[in-house]
Amino acid sequence: MRDLEQTLREHPFLEGLDTEHLKLLVGCASNVVFKSGEFIIREGEEADAFYFIRQGRVLIETHVPQKGPIMIRSREAGEILGWSWLVPPYRWHFDARAVELTRAIALDGKCLREKCEEDHDLGYEVMRRFVAIIAERLEATRLQLLDIYGNSTNK
Amino acid sequence: MATQQTSKHSGTGTQPDPMLVRPLQIQRIIRDLGDTFSLILQPPDGEADFSFQPGQFNMLYVYGVGEVPISISGDPARREILVHTTREVGTVTRAMRKLKVGDSLGVRGPYGKGWPVDKVENQDVVLLTGGIGLAPLRPMIHYLLTRREKYGRIVLLYGARTPEDILYRKDLEKWRSRFDLEAHLTVDHATGAWRGNVGVVTSLVRRSPFDPQNCIAMVCGPEIMMRFAVMELQKRGVADDRIYISMERNMKCGIGLCGHCQLGPTFVCKDGPVYCYADIKDIFTKREM
Amino acid sequence: MTEITLPDKHVVVLERKNFQSLLDALSESGYELLGPTVRDSAIVYERIHAVDEFPVGWVDECEPGKYRLVKDKKKTLFGYTIGSQSWRRFLHPPTNKLWEATRDGNGFKVIQPEPDQIKRALIGVRSCELAALAIHDKVFSQGQYIDNSYQERRRNVFVVAVNCVRPGGTCFCASMKTGPKATSGFDLALTEMCVSNRHYFIVEPGSKAGKKLVDKLPVKQPKESEIKAAQKELNRAAAGMTRTIDSEHIGKLLNEKFDDPHWEAIAERCLACGNCTMVCPTCFCTNMQDSTDLTGQHAQRQRRWDSCFTVDYSYIYGGSIRNSVTSRYRQWMMHKLVHWQEQFGMSGCVGCGRCITWCPVGIDITEEARQLTVTE
Repeated sequence: MRDLEQTLREHPFLEGLDTEHLKLLVGCASNVVFKSGEFIIREGEEADAFYFIRQGRVLIETHVPQKGPIMIRSREAGEILGWSWLVPPYRWHFDARAVELTRAIALDGKCLREKCEEDHDLGYEVMRRFVAIIAERLEATRLQLLDIYGNSTNK
Repeated sequence: MATQQTSKHSGTGTQPDPMLVRPLQIQRIIRDLGDTFSLILQPPDGEADFSFQPGQFNMLYVYGVGEVPISISGDPARREILVHTTREVGTVTRAMRKLKVGDSLGVRGPYGKGWPVDKVENQDVVLLTGGIGLAPLRPMIHYLLTRREKYGRIVLLYGARTPEDILYRKDLEKWRSRFDLEAHLTVDHATGAWRGNVGVVTSLVRRSPFDPQNCIAMVCGPEIMMRFAVMELQKRGVADDRIYISMERNMKCGIGLCGHCQLGPTFVCKDGPVYCYADIKDIFTKREM
Repeated sequence: MTEITLPDKHVVVLERKNFQSLLDALSESGYELLGPTVRDSAIVYERIHAVDEFPVGWVDECEPGKYRLVKDKKKTLFGYTIGSQSWRRFLHPPTNKLWEATRDGNGFKVIQPEPDQIKRALIGVRSCELAALAIHDKVFSQGQYIDNSYQERRRNVFVVAVNCVRPGGTCFCASMKTGPKATSGFDLALTEMCVSNRHYFIVEPGSKAGKKLVDKLPVKQPKESEIKAAQKELNRAAAGMTRTIDSEHIGKLLNEKFDDPHWEAIAERCLACGNCTMVCPTCFCTNMQDSTDLTGQHAQRQRRWDSCFTVDYSYIYGGSIRNSVTSRYRQWMMHKLVHWQEQFGMSGCVGCGRCITWCPVGIDITEEARQLTVTE
């Protein structure tokens, strides 16, 4: 528990969060480990958590029939994985797979949603941080869609 | 009335005409990628001493077809050869790709302002590049590694469209195996066996290890990628005068006399292609400037 | 406006009847004569030999989008204001071979053309055109790189300037501080006087070569009244110009208007034909054209005038930087009035008014500059 609190306190994602709120978060947190190749998230399943990745690399991907998995984005140590736990109906939209041994802290989504509902100050702090993450993903996705290296005269 | 200042500007006509091309011979061709190739050039006879600043370009002429500006992508320490990496995108580059070893290519140059080699000592150096943008930066990487002890951390952030589009694979492998250079690769799209980073290259900036207060960032890639790259660097706290970008415009003469490559009050061929971002930030994002 | 005066020393008078002697003296000194003549109902600068080829008695009427020649009752040689095209084509030709190459085994050999050593006398250069010459000198022969072909031609030029005593309909040189009187950059400057049955030229030498030439001419000392009469005409011309550009502030003012919607309004009328760039005396943009003969044994590179109004002008693989007409007009005008200042330390517009006259839809740079920079 000490270790969890310490790790979360030092995480840039939670920088500036007061101790009381941090303790609430720690109450929903647990250490998890995924082997290389193991799925962390499966499309369509209940989005019941998000992850602070501490070590390793995770690929967010989707499976296209006849084409196989298409990688959308990678997540590495220091980054956050997953935000569907925040948005009804709380289902994952993509797969996420560890491609190396990956250690993370999982935060229980249902637990955290309830706490946010009880304490809107905490809800605001969590929401504020996730909006930044979602905005970054959106911006990166737009850039990705522009296919900037494409050779427009030949392709 | 005859022109003034003729004496000052070698009015005798004895200075070499900057419009004349010098035929060089293709010694070797490397097929880097499906549409990208490198030509290694040397004079057909006699000694060669190609001196250039990393980031400068040459005008390359295919006999009878036309001329295009291509940045120099070889090691500046190897002055006996000239290396150009080109992507086939138009008439001239298509003809260039059909050339064989032993054929000639006309060369004028080197032209333009290169990377700020005089500003990087004791600094962390961030090289942020995408696609074929790695080619104009490769001479800079060679330059830095030749004088490695003079600099802080060297971070190379490189993005390609897919794993198959990664340029200079051998070089990247070599650089990644070094302890004194940190190279991070990412691709925009991947399928199959790829286990590396996926996502745009600009997203690597926030987690790469460099000191924003004591670094020089050199950015080279598609213009839109450079715009996002600058924003990411700014978010990390890198000051505008520490960011350098390499611009691309329609250079026809290479020496500021034909007008084509104007970017606001500047000529990309002689005031660029490498600019300090602080100097052009007012015009960089202007549409159709 | 400061009073225009003629210098009181060295100035001489050449009678109209002796004008041919000036042409002869230049020819004898080895100059090819280039001067005004009438062709296709317009004043053009061409190879000439004798005074009767001059546009005797012709006057140009210029308005936005309109040009016509009318006969005046006076038999002036320089009664028109400016030629329809500028002098630049003689020093910076519309097409110019830069080099040739021939196949040589796998490779090729490059052959530099013989230098142009023709001595040219430009006769009838207006003050705005002298300013344009000075601008091209700066662009082509005073920068980091020298344009050899311009330099060769420029070196052997003799300039006979003509002061303007009649402002053209679209002129605004006074506000650009480039005229109407020639102040420098000439070998000789003439002021043509055609009053009460007398027709003569006040001749002002501007260089050693000019003085030397004057020595060969049947000239006499001017009377004070003749000088005064000429000065009066020059001042009247300066005062008669209706168009102006605030040349001192326009650069700064216009630079803040990059995103102004008025550019769109101009683009709605602009045909992007590039006429303005073809008649402009300071436009210098060129394109390169590489070609081979049918055997492939010989190749050459030609340099041709280009215009920033074409889509191809800013083309890099994948598309053009300046696709919209709005952006192309803006590039042209901002280059002239804003960026030129930073590039060359001078304005790129000399106020000759040709772009106004020869615009098929009559777009007036002075009016657009005013509209863009007018404050409520």
